[in-house]
Amino acid sequence: MATETDTTNIDARRLVHRLPDDVLLHGGIVFSILLMASPLLLAVIMSTQSTTEVYQVTNLGLGSKGLSNYSDALVNYDFSTYMLNSFVMSVIVVVGKVTLSLFAALALVYYRFPYERAVFMFILLTLLLPVPVRIVPLFQLMADLGWTNSLLALTGPYVASATAVFLFRQQFMGISASLVEVARLDGVGPLTFLFRVLIPMSRGMIAGVCVITFIYTWNQFLWPLVVVTDKSSQVVQVGIRYLQGSAQAGLTQWGLIMAGAVLALLPPLVVLIVLHRPLLRTLTIQQK
Amino acid sequence: MSDITIQNLRKTYDDVRAVKGIDLEIDDGEFLVVVGPSGCGKSTTLRMLAGLESVTDGSIAIGDRVVNEVPPKDRSIAMVFQNYALYPHMTAAENMKFGMKSASEFSGDEIERRVEEATETLDIAHLRDRKPKELSGGERQRVAIGRALVREPDVFLMDEPLSNLDAKLRVQMRAELLKLHRDLETTTVYVTHDQTEAMTLGDRVAVLEDGRLQQVAAPQELYDYPSNQFVAGFVGEPAMNFIPASVRQRGDEHVATAPGLSLTLPAGSGLDGIDDDGLTLGVRPEDVSLVSNRAAASESFTAEVTVTEPLGELLLLHCRLGDEEIRVKVEPRSRIAAGDIVELAVDTDRLHLFDSDGDAVYHSSVPEQVTESALAD
Repeated sequence: MATETDTTNIDARRLVHRLPDDVLLHGGIVFSILLMASPLLLAVIMSTQSTTEVYQVTNLGLGSKGLSNYSDALVNYDFSTYMLNSFVMSVIVVVGKVTLSLFAALALVYYRFPYERAVFMFILLTLLLPVPVRIVPLFQLMADLGWTNSLLALTGPYVASATAVFLFRQQFMGISASLVEVARLDGVGPLTFLFRVLIPMSRGMIAGVCVITFIYTWNQFLWPLVVVTDKSSQVVQVGIRYLQGSAQAGLTQWGLIMAGAVLALLPPLVVLIVLHRPLLRTLTIQQK
Repeated sequence: MSDITIQNLRKTYDDVRAVKGIDLEIDDGEFLVVVGPSGCGKSTTLRMLAGLESVTDGSIAIGDRVVNEVPPKDRSIAMVFQNYALYPHMTAAENMKFGMKSASEFSGDEIERRVEEATETLDIAHLRDRKPKELSGGERQRVAIGRALVREPDVFLMDEPLSNLDAKLRVQMRAELLKLHRDLETTTVYVTHDQTEAMTLGDRVAVLEDGRLQQVAAPQELYDYPSNQFVAGFVGEPAMNFIPASVRQRGDEHVATAPGLSLTLPAGSGLDGIDDDGLTLGVRPEDVSLVSNRAAASESFTAEVTVTEPLGELLLLHCRLGDEEIRVKVEPRSRIAAGDIVELAVDTDRLHLFDSDGDAVYHSSVPEQVTESALAD
């Protein structure tokens, strides 16, 4: 009996003591979330507004245009084409990068060849030279090859990836050596081993690399801008820039641009939501 | 025919010599245990047998065929690993089938039949569709053994297969392995660091140390007639007592003396001409006993008890004799405490003498089946 009353008292006291703290804490959390999400929220709000409404800074409600900015962007401004191009580019890069990196990691981990370490170091060294650094010689190369305005030019420079090779290498090295030895004893060939053992055992890592690569490729702006001049081959990030050019009566159509931006955001968001678990695992491995 | 002949086998990594010339004959159907402390080269030897390591020098023949350059899959061997080496994303049955399917010289029906047989033999039919993480350690090892069985190899290679199991399960699996070997009569090479496992499992036991073969013999022979001090100390738990001693010839008799101890050695082979300091007298803990328990007390000596370890079945005494500590197994429930002075005597039939190189020069009893070769080196 006595203890029961005591606990109730303690609970009550705790409630009184805890309440203000919690309110403060939760208030703080909500505030920071709002602060971080504000650009996105504003973009969503603006995407529903007409140009004049956007320029009224205090107007923070949903606008009069509803979803018509979206349909406008998709239909009249070829945004659907850009989205499709971006999607094709991203999928090709994801597939190409994962395949190439898997094979590279397989070679690095399971084959003995001369200067293996040096080769790996060289691969890591390419991290110092991302596409923007190489953009001038790369453009020259594409022009010489006659690849400009093509998917080859869009995807080629992104297919080789030191990060993915490194991640897969670490993953493979974590797989017990005796599994490889059992396979050797059974006479299992390297490709069978890759497809039947390594890939199923690395599913999480592969999914993680896919997410990172998809989002990274989807967000490319500078290289497509340089290498693609034909509007029908252009990708979505540059497409947003095109929307900005379509001013009406001297006013930038921010509503339309924001609709485009929100549209461009959706595919990576879907990929992220679907594959967020393996992505998190990949990131924890990276921290090690 | 699946006897194995190993000749002058060597393995060198960069500048480390892991295996320094091993000669070994393994008979068809024999269960040979290779035992030694970690780093002695036993696993390397096994891996060379399997073809997982290249041979630096020497030759390995399975049957009549030298297999130095034969790829592992064509050696007709199957290996069981310490960590089971099961593919975590496959079920037990898939694990057993995977290698067979890849080798692809067998039909699906044949593979199915063999898996069926193996799972029945090992009593794991009900585990077929479970993945390794849903299995206990013992079950995993059974599946791993099953995978080896399915291949129906000429030779089984086992690399410390029981080391990851708990003590109780290890004893049980040990018995099952023996039974399995009796049923299949397949040549088996089994590597372990555990001398109990070696003694219980092996038809013969090969003791390896520092990349060299120390002795190959049946378990009891190894125990009774170690060919050198290393084998004597490695086999047996607790280890044999070693007492630095000198042996003097007095008339017809040889007398071994050490501080606090003087023993007349029974005649035996190898005593002739020994009149030396710097020898080591070896006597196992169970061959020393309290004088009070001996009917006809031979030459006795006294020692001070420093530690007592009751092991239940017996009482282990650590005694100080001169500058040496010796271990003595006595009756359990003996009323002996640390600090007591006890009077001890040895079983003179079970004495061993090692020279300054550690080689055995004398065992006080020599049965007929032990030929001179056992004592030669």
